[in-house]
Amino acid sequence: MIQAFANPARFLSFSAWAWPFAGVAALILFAIGAPWALVFSPGDYQQGESVRIMYVHVPAAWWALGIYAFMGGASFVSLIWRHALADVAARAAAPIGAFYAGLCLVTGSLWGAPTWGTWWVWDARLTSMLILFLTYLGYLALHAAIDDEERAGRLAAVLCLAGLINLPIVHYSVEWWSTLHQGASLLRDGGAAIHPSMLGPLLTMAGAYAAAFAALLLANMRADVFRRRVEAARLRRARAS
Amino acid sequence: MSAILALFRRDLALAWSAGSGAAAPVGFFLGAAMLLPLSVGAERTLLGAIGAPILWIAAALASLMVLERLFQADLEEGGLDQMLLSPAPLEALAAAKAAALWVGVGLPIAAAAAPAAIALQAPPAAAGAIALGLAIGEAAFLFAGLVGAAAAASVKRAGVLIALLVLPFFAPPILFGAAAAAAAAEGAPFGPAFLLLCGTTLFALALGPIAAAAALRLQAT
Repeated sequence: MIQAFANPARFLSFSAWAWPFAGVAALILFAIGAPWALVFSPGDYQQGESVRIMYVHVPAAWWALGIYAFMGGASFVSLIWRHALADVAARAAAPIGAFYAGLCLVTGSLWGAPTWGTWWVWDARLTSMLILFLTYLGYLALHAAIDDEERAGRLAAVLCLAGLINLPIVHYSVEWWSTLHQGASLLRDGGAAIHPSMLGPLLTMAGAYAAAFAALLLANMRADVFRRRVEAARLRRARAS
Repeated sequence: MSAILALFRRDLALAWSAGSGAAAPVGFFLGAAMLLPLSVGAERTLLGAIGAPILWIAAALASLMVLERLFQADLEEGGLDQMLLSPAPLEALAAAKAAALWVGVGLPIAAAAAPAAIALQAPPAAAGAIALGLAIGEAAFLFAGLVGAAAAASVKRAGVLIALLVLPFFAPPILFGAAAAAAAAEGAPFGPAFLLLCGTTLFALALGPIAAAAALRLQAT
């Protein structure tokens, strides 16, 4: 499986139909999930209509974490097997993950204002999401700062794996810290205690985010493969002339 | 072993040599700490509450300053190639460089933190515990900072980039360190926060050199 996709030509022929497929799936899921979540699902008995921010916010949080885990896996494969496309995949996933993390922070802040009465609290989850966002920015900045692409990819992979170890430590330390200082948290651990009428649109939106990630990832990777080919062709022509 | 010791002594000598001397980071640390009363006012209770945590931020920023040149100079002068050719494991050599930095820069900062904490209205009895915590935390900063310094070694003017790469790794030690300092100011210096600070430092000591060596091998090829 891993070796099968190491061939860029095979990847291009697979992704040629896979990325529009994922894109259409994302559009269909958004077309179902967005009206269901934002119009037809019930409001919350306490929060009223503002609970609808959850359907934008929670999937963004899930996939911001999920994409970083994906990048960690791709970085691992890239470092161990020197897999060319794993590098491309990790780099292509990073801006999408950074966007989801930023979206999660912004919508969380907008949600916090009516429900908690404040735009921001230094709660454990908010703090670790902010650090995840910074980790994404650091990954992108390191990749951009190094000219040699192969070296940039592999150094960024080392950084990505170091961040993969750091993030759980950060998560548990801020959890310990915020429980130490704040007592009962404003956030409730109510993941399983959600009503089915809200779970349906939430999972649909999570599926839409996942499909959007897959489509954008494959499109980004294709663009990167094509860009490398164009550069290689330019070099060949420059040498020939 | 002799290569590791030689590198440690060389880096310690470099840390104290003129020009790149350890006095600059210590001076930066004291200067940043001095800005606190100027910005929040000299009220004693307020300073007593936030003084020690601010010292931790100042120490974290001061340790960022020394990371930029840590591997860059070696890469430019060819010292890194010698490290790669050496029979000693690269992980141990990276750890030796960080240890030299800790002795040369980290410990002076921690020592300077004791009078600075008293000046910032921490109880004088707690100053020793605050400085001890900072000495342990400096090791976490420098060993975790190795990763960013190694990954960005070939980047020109990498200071801001290294700061961005490394600051997420500073979150756990600064969190537990400031909590330990606050506990010390309340008269209970060696509680759970202090032990957790030691734990994060051990994590950085164990994993920082490994990740830094992996990045350094990529820099040379």
